[in-house]
Amino acid sequence: MNRIYSFLGFAEMNLANKLHQLIQFKFKQMKYKSQKVAYWFFAFSMLLLVLQITYGFVMGFARIGLDGLHDFIPFNTARAVHTNLLVVWLLSGFMGAAYYIIPEEAQRELVNVKLAYVQLISLAIVGVTAIVGYHFNWWEGRKFLEIPRQLDYLVVINVLLFLGLILTTLFKGKRKTTTALVLSMGLLFAALLYLPGMLPFDSQVTDSFFRWWVVHLWVEGVWELIMGGILSFLLIKLTGVDREVIEKWLYVIVGLTFLSGVLGTGHHYYYIGVNKIWLVVGGIFSALEPLAFLAMALFAVNMYRKGEKKHPNTLALFWTLGSAIVSFIGAGLLGFAHTLPQTNLYTHGTLVTAMHGHYAFWGAYAMIVLAIISYSLPNLTGRKLYESVRGRAAFWLSNIGMLGMTVAFGVAGVVQVYLERKLKMEFMEVQNEISIHFVVLLLCATLFTTGIVLYIIDFIKHGRPSDEALETIKN
Amino acid sequence: MLSKKQARAFFLGGTLVTFLAFIGLTIYSFSDPQDQTNHAAITEQVVRGKDLWESNNCMGCHTILGEGGYYAPELTKVLDRRGPGYVKAVLMSPIPWEPNGRKMVAYGFSEEEAADLIAFFDWIDDIDLNGFDRVVSPLSKDDK
Repeated sequence: MNRIYSFLGFAEMNLANKLHQLIQFKFKQMKYKSQKVAYWFFAFSMLLLVLQITYGFVMGFARIGLDGLHDFIPFNTARAVHTNLLVVWLLSGFMGAAYYIIPEEAQRELVNVKLAYVQLISLAIVGVTAIVGYHFNWWEGRKFLEIPRQLDYLVVINVLLFLGLILTTLFKGKRKTTTALVLSMGLLFAALLYLPGMLPFDSQVTDSFFRWWVVHLWVEGVWELIMGGILSFLLIKLTGVDREVIEKWLYVIVGLTFLSGVLGTGHHYYYIGVNKIWLVVGGIFSALEPLAFLAMALFAVNMYRKGEKKHPNTLALFWTLGSAIVSFIGAGLLGFAHTLPQTNLYTHGTLVTAMHGHYAFWGAYAMIVLAIISYSLPNLTGRKLYESVRGRAAFWLSNIGMLGMTVAFGVAGVVQVYLERKLKMEFMEVQNEISIHFVVLLLCATLFTTGIVLYIIDFIKHGRPSDEALETIKN
Repeated sequence: MLSKKQARAFFLGGTLVTFLAFIGLTIYSFSDPQDQTNHAAITEQVVRGKDLWESNNCMGCHTILGEGGYYAPELTKVLDRRGPGYVKAVLMSPIPWEPNGRKMVAYGFSEEEAADLIAFFDWIDDIDLNGFDRVVSPLSKDDK
């Protein structure tokens, strides 16, 4: 029993070890006052995550026939809010990560802290306006890119301000590390790739084609640079492995990501009305995409095993290694499961995509944001709640819950494919047949939510960022 | 053993080559001889239909060309499956359409708007979807 308890991370260190490790790592803390701005981006992320889950429940209940909110929040509104909140809380998390990481990597304060707060407030205003607008039929109705065009321009200004602050800090800094460059490059490319999504097209096919330039090249391209940059930073801090070794492998991983991911965009083009050449190109390169995620998982685990030091913040380590491993399963393996054209012909447009989407986003992006928050919070606030049972429970409950949700989506999706695409049953007949899987989904979502609530309680218990944390450590 | 410099060259070189290939394939795909969408048939009415499709976020529930919310039926080949009369009735319904208990928002489109959307679906129905059109078409039932 004790071994299982220890394996789950609840009690792997005795007091002497803890003290030793705390002393060993006492200087690995918040180094620059301006890093505190990251806290507010993370807090905003947590708020949006709660809202995202709430709208997820609205959709889940609607799928089992409990749609009492239909007149106020129809499914298309709930879905747009759910997916857009995901994007915004992750982006806010990435921005917070950048505001925390870049000063430390560049070894200087952020060039302008006030502007960083202006950027956060304007991001919040644009986000809230978009979400409220969705409830009044004000949107573009293009999957994942529902934000109305007028707000798109404000998003561009906001992101330019963010990039200006980050890049100026980086280039005025004392050093330009690979970790910082990869992270910044990911954020810069993410901003540039937003632009094809703003081009107007008369053809639904062309529209869809370039929409994937944004969505696919974000999540299976440049966001992986951001993830890689954050992962690299965390591994350097948590394992003590030499920066040169970690950053060399970072290049290999992001190289594999682009090598497979860019042409892998073709898996979205199989059946939307463009040339058959994408069946070949997309098939080959998207089949290679799991390699990048496999490399990332092996990289993280090997660096952990290679590391001679053990950082006392094992909770952050759990989230970091968990992100690398779960992203391989969710984005790599489950993506591969339906990426070949012969399979995708039947799974395209079914809940199988939702199965892959949930576990991939959770592993690759949600968990890495939760990892950087878990790492940075004790440093920002000076409250070292590393050994909190609540924190461990949050990790396991949310992970088990999300795994259960993925299985529920997967079973519903496979049954849907078989009944609808093979046995040729009508859509709604099939939906009624598979509604039981959404009961399971809701139960697992409840477990997941419990984990997230515990995580947020831990977040709140850390208190607010304090200059004392900085001064105490420097003294 | 791989050096950091070689790793960086692999990243930058690989990225450049694949991006160039991707842009080349995109240009090739949208060249006139490769058109599978009957692009010339996109009339003003089809564009108006697409605008209505987007401004009401139909994709938030339905799927089209296999893309959307998975909550309501795929609308590629919907005219073949249901016929324009049925589709028009759904679009113009003043009360929520509720097949098998799942509600659709009552958009109450005008006659002209319904015609625009039907023109949009009609254009979609003629796209060569590399075999997916057969999967979602009523004709595929004959293949059982």
